[in-house]
Amino acid sequence: MKNFIIIVLIFGFIGSHSYNFAQIQGYQIGDQAMDFKLPSVSGDQVSLSGLENAKGAIVIFTCNTCPYAKAYENRIIELHEEYSPRGYPVIAINSNDDQISPGDSFEAMKVRASEKDFPFDYAYDKDQKVIKAYGGMRTPHVYLLNKEENKFVVSYIGAIDNNYQDPNSVSEAYVENAVEALLQNKNIETKTTKAIGCGIKWTKETD
Amino acid sequence: MLLKTPLLTGIFVCLILILGFNLSPHQAADPNFKIISFEEFEKLKSKESNKLRVYNFWATWCAPCVKEMPYFEAIGQNDASVELVFISLDDGRKPGRVTTFLEKENIKSPVYLLNDVDYNQWIDKINPNWSGAIPATLFVQPSGENHFHEGELDESELEALINKLKP
Repeated sequence: MKNFIIIVLIFGFIGSHSYNFAQIQGYQIGDQAMDFKLPSVSGDQVSLSGLENAKGAIVIFTCNTCPYAKAYENRIIELHEEYSPRGYPVIAINSNDDQISPGDSFEAMKVRASEKDFPFDYAYDKDQKVIKAYGGMRTPHVYLLNKEENKFVVSYIGAIDNNYQDPNSVSEAYVENAVEALLQNKNIETKTTKAIGCGIKWTKETD
Repeated sequence: MLLKTPLLTGIFVCLILILGFNLSPHQAADPNFKIISFEEFEKLKSKESNKLRVYNFWATWCAPCVKEMPYFEAIGQNDASVELVFISLDDGRKPGRVTTFLEKENIKSPVYLLNDVDYNQWIDKINPNWSGAIPATLFVQPSGENHFHEGELDESELEALINKLKP
């Protein structure tokens, strides 16, 4: 019922026809993020509750094949190296259907992780349940979670920064700024952003 | 004779210029291809038109975009009440990837490469419901009313949408 009212309100505000619910589904800032248990390329299962001594997590829906995701690989590694020791590790999740995008299979993920020597968990959300709950729509799509009284609260949703082409030309490092704010107990100034990205390769529903 | 010589010279110079331009690889590229800023896109979009304008956001590397492209191209070429523009989100530093693709796929509709990677500044201005994933398509009716679709369209879905929206 609550969701229905929200949808009606949003449609009222936009005041025009729309054919999808891209920004209406999934988590909003302040929501409690669900835990998950997904197989990582390391052979372990990765979950939020399994993070030891973490203050939160940088959950990034990404993949092997998208040019934007590839452009951000090194920056994702840097985020993990900077913030994992300070309590915010990266958990990278690939949710693409490997029938539609064979380059995103679990085997291909293992190959990519080893080529790039990913220092973070890279997990496969094969049934797409996690990305659907979170509301991820494209790669890369970041959900920064902050642990508050044992709950993982969504604190930032969006892009990594504002220039995929060139890390040296970035003028707003959204994720970095958000994690720094959390670490300094300050308000996150920019809580949501958008970026062009590759659409998730959704599994076709069989009726 | 005195009058004729400069005229002939003029024609000759013109011919050389035209041929010269046609021979140079840059000018030989698709005249329907242009690199634009977001401001230029907004100008384009706000122009008045009595047609249904369709802006399809795509990129050469995006498989679902490439798949739906022929459906859009066919409507753009065959339906006089529709004005189709492909908006490429390819890397603006490498426009050759786009022009080569257009030639190979025989795309005749206008194609503009929107060269602005500060995406958060403009995605909501196109439509607040857009997550930023491509393919995505914006339909602008002659009344100025906007309709937006995120995700791939198959041929029948696109036709149904066009028939519903066109004047």
